[in-house]
Amino acid sequence: MTFNGKAIKYGDNVDTDVIIPARYLNTIDKKELASHCMEDIDKEFVNKVREGDVMVAGYNFGCGSSREHAPIAIKASGISLVIARSFARIFYRNSINIGLAILECDEAVDGISEGDQVEADLDNGVIYNRTTGKSFKTQPFPPFIQKIITNGGLVASIQKGDVK
Amino acid sequence: MSMTMTQKILAAHAGLDKVEAGQLVLVDLDRVLGNDITSPVAIREFENIGGAKVYDKDKVTMVMDHFAPNKDIKAATQCKMCRDFCDKHEVTHFYDVGQMGIEHALLPEKGLVVPGDVVIGADSHTCTYGALGAFSTGVGSTDMACGMATGKAWFKVPSAIKFVLKGKLNKYVSGKDVILHIIGKIGVDGALYKSMEFTGEGVKALTIFDRLTISNMAIEAGAKNGIFEVDEETVRYVKERSNRDFPIYKADEDAIYDATYEIDLSTIKSTVAFPHLPENTKTFDEIGEIKIDQVVIGSCTNGQYKDLAEAAEIFKGRKVAKRVRAIIIPATQDIYMKAMENGLLKIFIEAGCIVSTPTCGPCLGGYMGILAAGERAVATTNRNFVGRMGHVDSEVYLASPTVAAASAITGYISDPLEVMA
Repeated sequence: MTFNGKAIKYGDNVDTDVIIPARYLNTIDKKELASHCMEDIDKEFVNKVREGDVMVAGYNFGCGSSREHAPIAIKASGISLVIARSFARIFYRNSINIGLAILECDEAVDGISEGDQVEADLDNGVIYNRTTGKSFKTQPFPPFIQKIITNGGLVASIQKGDVK
Repeated sequence: MSMTMTQKILAAHAGLDKVEAGQLVLVDLDRVLGNDITSPVAIREFENIGGAKVYDKDKVTMVMDHFAPNKDIKAATQCKMCRDFCDKHEVTHFYDVGQMGIEHALLPEKGLVVPGDVVIGADSHTCTYGALGAFSTGVGSTDMACGMATGKAWFKVPSAIKFVLKGKLNKYVSGKDVILHIIGKIGVDGALYKSMEFTGEGVKALTIFDRLTISNMAIEAGAKNGIFEVDEETVRYVKERSNRDFPIYKADEDAIYDATYEIDLSTIKSTVAFPHLPENTKTFDEIGEIKIDQVVIGSCTNGQYKDLAEAAEIFKGRKVAKRVRAIIIPATQDIYMKAMENGLLKIFIEAGCIVSTPTCGPCLGGYMGILAAGERAVATTNRNFVGRMGHVDSEVYLASPTVAAASAITGYISDPLEVMA
């Protein structure tokens, strides 16, 4: 499973209230949620994000509320992968459950800047920064997690009989 | 192999004699909870499973509290979706306007959680019920959907941090100051993925409501759960509300903890968390003159009768400062009624506060007290993130009910000791 896109970078403790402010939680429409993604910390995000882009951040990404609308908004905005130093536990679980690829890698966070072209091979656990030519080792995704992500989430995987 | 209190509850619900930190377990759920903003996503996923039925109509629970009474047409549509689902599946514990309260105050009050239970809720503050000696934790809507369908959820068994409490709290200091003090000490990811276990002789000196406030904000330190040892007071509180029998779990004497903190409750002072993280705590010796525009007293953290009574003591015979809006939100209908019967509402209204029906409303910037750019609020709520209560350029200062009330009187963030001197 591979990902390819340019990096959009944020700092530590990015909370789910800035990922998708509660004033927009009166809908479950994915596109509408995506149209407000990150707007309270980065008004330009929705204009600059392209399909496949990679979000890179610091410690405790996704802290705060359990709203699944947060990973849903990130995924629907076009982000294919989130790399951070650490994730808040509910956000981590929610991301896998809705089929958003997400992984922890300190070295990649150190070695990737805003706008860099990033490629990730999660079968083998390698992240490449194609702009600087550096590469970073990470844990490969276990096959069952890859299946959940490829299928588009836990419920879709249950439907397909991949998770029992 | 010794176990923490949390590990013992998870082992029992996984049908295992013992578990250890890091182990993945599939556990039986005693309750699955959702609210009016997380349940619609869960219902969509539940229906995607195809042909699913709720595993137990008495254990699935939905509370319309976040944007209810409906704040707009979209919110009304979401509540309708929940109502229709609960009607279709004959869900017993569906709480709509008239019966509802803020979920984490309502469930303990209704006796829906007892010690030793495992509860998941699609709301991060589900960790509140740890105060009653239950394992309870927040999850997302997909976990809620799968939990409603199967009655099970998987967990990685957490390691734990132990907090040994001693002494007792001073006047005007409460559970809110204790948990803000702890988060200030260990940080917003200080307990990430872990349990916070509260024990020691100081537990007895805390009311159930102080404990509920402390467990409620365990998530603000990143914790999976925040659990209190069960004592006579827990048993009394629960037995008044539930007929269910329950086992009492206690951590083994030699259980392993990642860290242990001793906290002398008598040394804790009124504490305020400054924007924009709950870990940015200060006590009044470090707080200058900070002018405020709004005060909110309520939420799943501090909307109990005890919280209102403590605030009323300060409002009694005083007036809210000019240009300050003070909003009081009893967390449940029973609390509202008791506040009315005991004259608290009169004290609040005479002081110039407004009193709202139960709702999460302003805490998450939903409605009923949104801030404009440049405005500041002192709130008894649980989060002070950027834009949490309104405009991205507004600020939220988290504090106890007594600090919030004192601040409403003076118009500045104020120490209740000074206002009451």
